[in-house]
Parts: sequence; structure tokens; C-alpha cells
Amino acid sequence: MSRAPVIELPLTDEMLSRQSRELARTWAPARGIIGFFSEVDHKRIGMRFILTALAFFVLGGVLAALMRLQLAFPENTLIGPDLYNQLFTMHGTTMMFLFAVPVMEGLGLYFTPLLVGARTIALPRLAAFGYWIFLAGGVFLYVSFLLNIGPDNGWFSYVPLAGPEFGPGKRADTWAQLITFTEVASLVGAIVTIVTIFKYRRPGMTLDRVPMFAWAELVTSFMIIFAMPAVMLASTTLILDRLVGTHFFNQAEGGDPILYQHLFWFFGHPEVYLIFLPAQGLMSTLIQAFSSRPIVGYVWLVTALVATAFMGFGLWVHHMFTVGLPQNGSSFFTAASMMIAIPSGVQIFCWIATMWTGRVRLEPPMLFALGYFVIFIIGGMTGIMVASVPVDLQLHDTYFVVAHLHYVLIGGAVFPLFGALYYWFPKMTGRMPNRRLGMISFWLLFIGFNLTFFPMHQLGMIGMPRRVYTYLPGLGWETLNLAATAGAITMAIGALTLTVNAVYALRRGEAAAANPWQASTLEWSTSSPPPPHNFSPERVIASRDPLWDDPPGQPIVVGVRSDKREVLVTRLLDAEPDHRYHSPEPSIWPFVTAMATTFMLIWSIFSPWALVWGSIPPAIAMIFWFWPRGRSIDDETHPPEKGRPQLEAATGPA
Amino acid sequence: MKTLLAIAVLMTAIGCDRERRDFKLPNGEQLTSSTRLTSLQPGAPSTSGMKESPLEDNAYALSEGKRLYSAYNCVGCHAKGGGAIGPALMDHRWIYGSRPEQIYATIIQGRPNGMPAFGGRIPDQQVWQLVAYVQSMSGAVSQYAAPSRDDDMKVFKPENRREPPQPPVQTGHR
Amino acid sequence: MLQSVLHAAGIQSARIEALWWVMFWVTTAVTLVVLALVVVAVRRGLAADAMDVTERSSLRRVAVGTVLTAVILLGLIGGSVITSRALASQRSADALMIEVTAYQWWWAVEYQHPEPEQRVRTANELHIPVGKTVAIKLLANDVIHSFWVPALHGKLDAIPGHEATLWLRADQAGVYRGQCAEYCGHQHAHMAFVVIAEPPDVFERWIQAQRQTAHAPATEQEQRGLHLVQRTACVMCHTIRGTAAGGRIAPDLTHFASRSTIGAGTRPRTREYLDQWIKDPQAIKPGNRMPTLGLSDADRSAIVAYLEQLR
Repeated sequence: MSRAPVIELPLTDEMLSRQSRELARTWAPARGIIGFFSEVDHKRIGMRFILTALAFFVLGGVLAALMRLQLAFPENTLIGPDLYNQLFTMHGTTMMFLFAVPVMEGLGLYFTPLLVGARTIALPRLAAFGYWIFLAGGVFLYVSFLLNIGPDNGWFSYVPLAGPEFGPGKRADTWAQLITFTEVASLVGAIVTIVTIFKYRRPGMTLDRVPMFAWAELVTSFMIIFAMPAVMLASTTLILDRLVGTHFFNQAEGGDPILYQHLFWFFGHPEVYLIFLPAQGLMSTLIQAFSSRPIVGYVWLVTALVATAFMGFGLWVHHMFTVGLPQNGSSFFTAASMMIAIPSGVQIFCWIATMWTGRVRLEPPMLFALGYFVIFIIGGMTGIMVASVPVDLQLHDTYFVVAHLHYVLIGGAVFPLFGALYYWFPKMTGRMPNRRLGMISFWLLFIGFNLTFFPMHQLGMIGMPRRVYTYLPGLGWETLNLAATAGAITMAIGALTLTVNAVYALRRGEAAAANPWQASTLEWSTSSPPPPHNFSPERVIASRDPLWDDPPGQPIVVGVRSDKREVLVTRLLDAEPDHRYHSPEPSIWPFVTAMATTFMLIWSIFSPWALVWGSIPPAIAMIFWFWPRGRSIDDETHPPEKGRPQLEAATGPA
Repeated sequence: MKTLLAIAVLMTAIGCDRERRDFKLPNGEQLTSSTRLTSLQPGAPSTSGMKESPLEDNAYALSEGKRLYSAYNCVGCHAKGGGAIGPALMDHRWIYGSRPEQIYATIIQGRPNGMPAFGGRIPDQQVWQLVAYVQSMSGAVSQYAAPSRDDDMKVFKPENRREPPQPPVQTGHR
Repeated sequence: MLQSVLHAAGIQSARIEALWWVMFWVTTAVTLVVLALVVVAVRRGLAADAMDVTERSSLRRVAVGTVLTAVILLGLIGGSVITSRALASQRSADALMIEVTAYQWWWAVEYQHPEPEQRVRTANELHIPVGKTVAIKLLANDVIHSFWVPALHGKLDAIPGHEATLWLRADQAGVYRGQCAEYCGHQHAHMAFVVIAEPPDVFERWIQAQRQTAHAPATEQEQRGLHLVQRTACVMCHTIRGTAAGGRIAPDLTHFASRSTIGAGTRPRTREYLDQWIKDPQAIKPGNRMPTLGLSDADRSAIVAYLEQLR
């Protein structure tokens, strides 16, 4: 495979800025109401994902605050059992399906093309469809909750409690259908991310120069593709049992409730890694930027991500240790669940080495990254404890597990997320957030979090089970519960401070430069916020940290049209140019398809015929969506010949 | 933002009747004692308060009715609706009337040839739950509220897949 | 009443607690070491002007840390497997067999015996002899529940259609509280039970007393109470052996006054709480299977008097 020849082309500053203006016009988003629903710009779709997911985070937090208020005192009568059961179900479902995965997906949609140096994301209309389906699912869930049809069987919805006999009405069907919405949105996001990272990278960005967050998103996307079908099966069979009367989970007719648990947890355990792995990528990003040096052990870190992904699929039975499965089988899962700490350990040690040998700056994003170390390590240690079968026999389904899961999820994912949102806030909005408010919000969240969840370790050890709407006095649980409630309120104030900081910065924050943190990855080489076409000029990449290590005067990629929406598709391993591709213009059809699909999915809760008749509108919408566009503009230039790349890179002004 | 909140409050207020979980009737008084066995009465006939079935479209009530149907041993005579010692309940033939208040009276008062009088033994709310369930056995309630298959051997079509009833027919004793 | 993992009163929970303490100290040490490394790294990073250590030696240290991690984890895995084996070794052919069926939201207890008339049915309370292995066979009547008495053993799920057996042995006499540990519906929070471990002779006396039929009422109020129990709704659900009450879908009340709680651990069994419970069980445990009956105060007092003498 011959490399693209570097030719001498006289590119002046004036030519480049003319090209930049033309690109901005070509890639400008569509306007007006129709334009709003036709959006295919990955930055705007990503921003919508992030903002919607954060809105669900706030809603989920309000639900949690209500739960904590009820549990502050024994035999409290603030919230009755029925409402409380709905609250904890909605809290878990919201946080896991409507916040944690979509917010990482949103960050991925926004930043993956920027990190790999592309003009846009692959399959932008599919990404848009994913957003509308996600939004529709979330709205559907909350409307159902307000109409008293919200699910009330826990975020995992075990049978037989959620089954046809013990789950009257349509509540469990709401849960199952929400799964369908969010799982379609996740799958779509995964496909888009994989194609972008494999095929849209800037020339010169070989696989071992891809930034850490992009690697994390890539690995996560593959996990999504393998994990989502299991939960799809679980929710579909659940609806079938309830609506149509199948016997998947009816032990009297040959089914088994344990089958549901296997199906759910085969997805459920990788699900937490779907949340956690992108955050590992964010940690690498933050540590590198705020230690002012390239990350130590890049190859080891990437290997750790991949190892975690593979091993994450071999752990699911550790959620079922109390079910009475054979001892040897369970011990295998103990071993696997403990061994997965090794890749995490590699990552932690690499980050420590980076800070040790770097020049650390304690900005708010770095504080959040440091908060990760404290919280996630404690969570990992309690994870080792519950990974052991005998210890888990005591601690399963108690508040000890509630403490563990929040330590790993909030420490391992939410803190890096907040750090990354702070870090990328200038890039996304063009404003700098307020440093003082950032520090305050970190400390409120850190202290509030530990005050809320550390006592729960003790609560679990002294016998408090999960999912209880109240507890008796005299068991020694009162003080710890009250402390947890106080911590929850502190966390709420911390979250509020973050929000205030964001709003204040949007209105009155100082304007952000292109690279306020002096970071090294490609997104910082363009303006804040980036122009619609992301980059101009696009220089060939020569190193892992282009803004630090690339020599000046790198060749500029030319030959891609700027009067039409064209992207350069490159080869998988070494990012050599391969061909040009016409990226789709804004289109209303993803939105229409999403709404038609929503209608079909909601109808199918009430009747199986919805899958027949209800599939006609989405089919029609998809026909319009995929209608061919006529002669490709590529036909106007010479067709690709084997072995002869179509493009050349040119030198231009440094 | 304000419109969103207003809509949210409105939806919560309307709620969804089907999904309500009422753990007791609001008026408190539950047990009723046995009442008259016959509708024959001297003087001008009085239309006794025709009670509507308060729980017909409530999924939780139907599910409770199904549970009580087995728990209180209705299956002992009526089987799972096909009838054995007692008449079948899933068909359209009714000896003592198919209206909810008539089924209620049958359960409370008892009937000749073996139907015990459960008045004074089963509280009112549970009787109405049983009434609603009996109605569902012949497909007379909303299919979205009716129970689906139970976690047992399959002996009949789930209640939510039964055809709407033919017009109920008054029959004499078998 | 003890409901704590850290106050093991039986051999199984003692084995688990021992493993837990080992894990606790190991993980605490690891946490402190790693966090110390983080602190040192940050301080060095804050003070640094330029990079000094090479990447190769950093990676060497990362490798050392990783190998240490793996070794520690292997040790903990080994400890875990050893404990699992020890827990499984408690099986014994001459264990006391008890069958516990989990209902929404109470526990039916039946002491097994080769002769059916020697079997004892009670609810929400187990008595076991100290020092003897007990086999608790767990069944579920409706949804998944989980039997958990932390002072004596870990938990085991009761799954409809499955049978699972928990083997435990109490080594200290005492009263141990347990609670359902798998979300099972509205009143999962109030589905507790009590395990009383007592010396073997005390246990024998208890179980002999439980085999008797119900204590006959003495006073006129108690007799009226029995009459009411048989005439109103109680007989539809409860059994009181020796009377006409033979319902099987609610706790056995034959020796109700020998138990310490009402409503599966929801309230202590005192006259006042019993009166409140019968008056309006839905106010105390909303959603539970016992309906609010609307009895008159006089009727209710008579029933309370009768039940309170069912020792």
C-alpha cells in the first residue's frame, strides 16, 4: 500500500481561509423548526444527548432525595410502600438507562470525530434517530410514572414478581418497553462510533495514535453490541409472558425464573462496564492534560480496556450467588470477578506514574479525577469483598451492595464525567467555567457523597436489606440512615452548584481560547466551539499527541470538496486515505421514523398486532430516509483505481 | 418549563384508574351481615340501591380477586371456571343474574343447592374483588386490566384473551 | 435482637465473618498504600518543573504493582474457595429438618418428622437447639424471597419451583432476627422473622408444647372470642388446631401467644399492638394480605383476649 505522495502545492493563507468559509457554509446546520428536527451535526446531537441525560440525572436525583427523606426516620409515613417501590425502580432505571449510558454516548458523539480529526460522524442520520428514540423512551417512562403506570419491580424487574400473575396492570410492560427504546438508542450509538473510529480518522492517525477516550468509546461500543441482545431477550420474553401468555418463566410449564436472571445479568454486568469504560478513557484524558505529559503506558492502558471488556462478560453470575447454583460454578465467577481488578489496577498505576512524572495542575477537572481515586478504589475493594461467594451470601441485597455500587459508579464514572464536562465545557460552549464554583461543587459532591454512602456499608453489615420503604426502630439503623439523608442533601447542593456554574458561565463566563488547558488532542486545535465542519485546515497526524509533538508544517489534506458535504474515508489500521464519501445532509426522516417507531412500541404494550400494523409507518418513513440520492458526486471525478489513492496531501503554511 | 410542570401535575391528578392499588375501601366499614335471600317483598317494589362494581377495571383488584378465588376455595366447587359441583362461571349462563350487584348478592347471601353465604366472613372489598374477577372469567372486563396467565399449569386461556361475552342468558337450575 | 453480620453466633456465619475480616484488613492496607502513592504522585507533580523519571522505569513499577495485585487477589480467591468448601461441609444426615415456605409477606414454618402427627406448624418464628445442625428447606409460595438470619448464616433465595436447603448451626443461645432479602412486593420491608436458639432440653419442651392443640378458653370473654373467631372472617384464612378454624393461607395461630411478634416481625406481640393490628392491619402494613374488617370494639376485645391466651 503506497503512501499518499506529498506534493508541493502553493497553498496560501488566503486560499485556506476561503476554503474555511466555504466549508462553514456547506456544513451549516439547517434552520427553523424543520431544521431543529432534521439536525445531523454530531456536535448538536451529542449536546442534546448530554443535556437530556443530565436532565434525567436531575430527575433521578430528585427521586433518590425523596427516598432518602422517607428513610431518614424509622417507620416514617412520608411515602407509602407502593409509591416508594415505584421511586426506587424509577431511580435505578433512570440512572442506568437514561443517564449513565446516554451521557457517555453523548460525549462520544460530540468528541469522537473531533478526537480522530474528522469533519463529522459516520452515519449522522442514524445518530439523530438514536437521539429521538432515547428521548421518546425517557418521556414515555416519566409520563407513565405520572399516570401511575410507572414500573415498580426494581430496575431489573425479576420474575415472578414482574410476571403476569404477580404484576397486575401494565407497569412491568412499561419497564420492558423502555428497555427496547434505550437499547435501540445504545446500539445505534455503538454502530456510529465504531464506523467513525475505524474509517473516518485523519490520515496519519494510525491505531496506536488514537486518543484514549476514543479507544474507550470503541471498546464500549463493541461491548454494547454483544450485551444488548441479552436484555432485549429478557424484556421481550417478559412482555410475551405477560401479554400473550407464553411460559418462558413459568416453572409449571417448563420455564424457569432463573432463566430471566441469567438473561438479564448477562447484559446487566457488562452494562456497568458500558458506563465505566468510557469513564476510564475520560480519566486518561484528564490525567494526561493536567499532568502536562503524555500518559504513561498507552499500550498497557488500551490493553486494560480491552481486557476489561472481555472479562466483563464472564462475571454475571456474581449477581446470583444466593440463588443456589452449584458451588464450583459459582467459584469460577468469584475468581473472574476478582481478576477483573487487575486491568483496573494497571490503569490506576499508569495514572499514578503519569502524575508522578508530570507537572500537575490542580484545576477542578483534576480534582474530580483525584476524587475518582479515593472513591473508586474504596468501591473496588468492597467489590472484591462481594465477589467472594461466602461473603456475598451475607452482603447480597443489603445496603452494603448499595454502598459498593454507588462507590464504583459515582466514583468510577460520575466523577470523571463531571471532570470531563468541566474540561470540555470551554470547547463546547466557548466560555470558561468559574474556577471557584468548580472547586466548591467538587468538595460539596465529594463530602456529600461519602457522607451519604459510607454509612451504608455499616448498615448492610448490621442487617438492613435493600428496597425497603421503611425499617423498625431499635435495630441501630436510625443514625446511619439520618447521616445518609444529610449527605444526600449535601450532594444535591453540590449538583446545584455545578448547574449554577454552567448557567453563569454560559451567560457571563470569559471567552475561551482554542486550547485553554494546553492539552494535546486534536479537538483543541480548532476554535471553541468548533465550527460546523470541525477543522480547517486538516493536517496529517504524526504522533499520539499532535498538539504537543507534531512538527510544525505538517502536510495539509487536500482534495476533499468543500462545496458539498464530503468526508475522507481512510483505512482501518494505518489511516491511509481510501475514498471520499458524501455525508448526508440534514433530514427530517430520522425524526419521523423515530416517532413512528415510538408509536409502534407503545401500542405493542397493549396488543401484539401492533408489531404487524404498527410496523408499517416506520417502514414507510425508512423508505423515504433511504431513498437513493441519484448520481454520486464522486462520479464527476475519476473513479478510484486499485492501488492509486485519490488524494494527495499538500504542504501549506505551517 | 411552567407548562411542563402544569401538564405533569394534571397527569398525576388524573392518574390511571386501571393501575390504582387501593388497600382498603375509603369508607372503612367492611363486613356486611347476611341479607335477604329473595327479592320478593310486600307492597310496592323498591329498587334497592343498584351498586356498580367499583373495581371492574382495576388491574390490582382483578389480580386480588383471582388470588382470593383460589384462597377461599371457590375452585373447590367451581373449578377454575369450568364448573364441577357448582355451575360454570366462564360461560354466559347465569342462574342468579350476571350484573355485578347480583354476583355480589350471590356471594354474600349464598344460594340453594350448595353455594355458602359468605356475608360476615369475607369483607366487602374482597367480595367486590371476587365479583370483578368472576366477571373477567367470561371476558366481561377490559382486556388491559384482566389477569394474564398464572404461574401454573395451563388449563385455560388467560382471562385477558377470552372473547367478549354473548349476551348473558338466564337459565334455571341444572 | 441481633441482626448483624459481625456478631456471628453460629458456625457458618463465623466462617464467613473470619473471611470478611481477612478481606477487610487486606483491602484496607491496599487502599491506604495506593492512596498514599496518589498523594505522593500529586505532590511530586505539583513540585516538578520537568519530567525526570523515564517511561521504562515507570512501566517497570506499574508491572510490579500489577503482579502484587494479582498475587493478593489469588490469595483472596483461595481463601474464598476454602470458606465455600467449609460452608458446604455442614451437611449432616441427622440434622433437624425444618421446612420454611416464604409467602407474601410472612414465613410458614413446619418442623419435619417421619410421623405426620408429630409435625409442628408455626409462623414467623423458629426455635432451634444450640449446637445441633439444622437443615432449613426453603420453598416459595408465590415470588422470589430470601431467607436471611445474619447472625447464623448467609442468605438463600426461596424461588418458586425450586427447593434449596440452608445448613446452619447455632453455637450460642440467643434471639436472632432475620429478614427477607429479596424484593418481593409491597411489604418486603416488613417480612421479618425470629430465630431463637436455646439449650436442647428447652427446645424439646417448646416443641412438645407446640404439638398440643390450642389452649381452651377459660373466661367468658375468651369464650366469646373463640366463638367470634369461628363465626367471622378469621376462619377463612387461619388455622387454630382444636377449633373449627382450618384456613391454610395465613399464619397458624394455634400457639400465637408463644410468639414474640405480629405481622412477621412488624410489631411486638403485646395486647395493645394486637388490638391495633386487628382493628386496621392495613394502616400498619399497607398492602398485606389481611383485610381491615370493621369489627366492633367489644368483638375485637374478645378476640384479642382469646388470642392472647393461645400459648
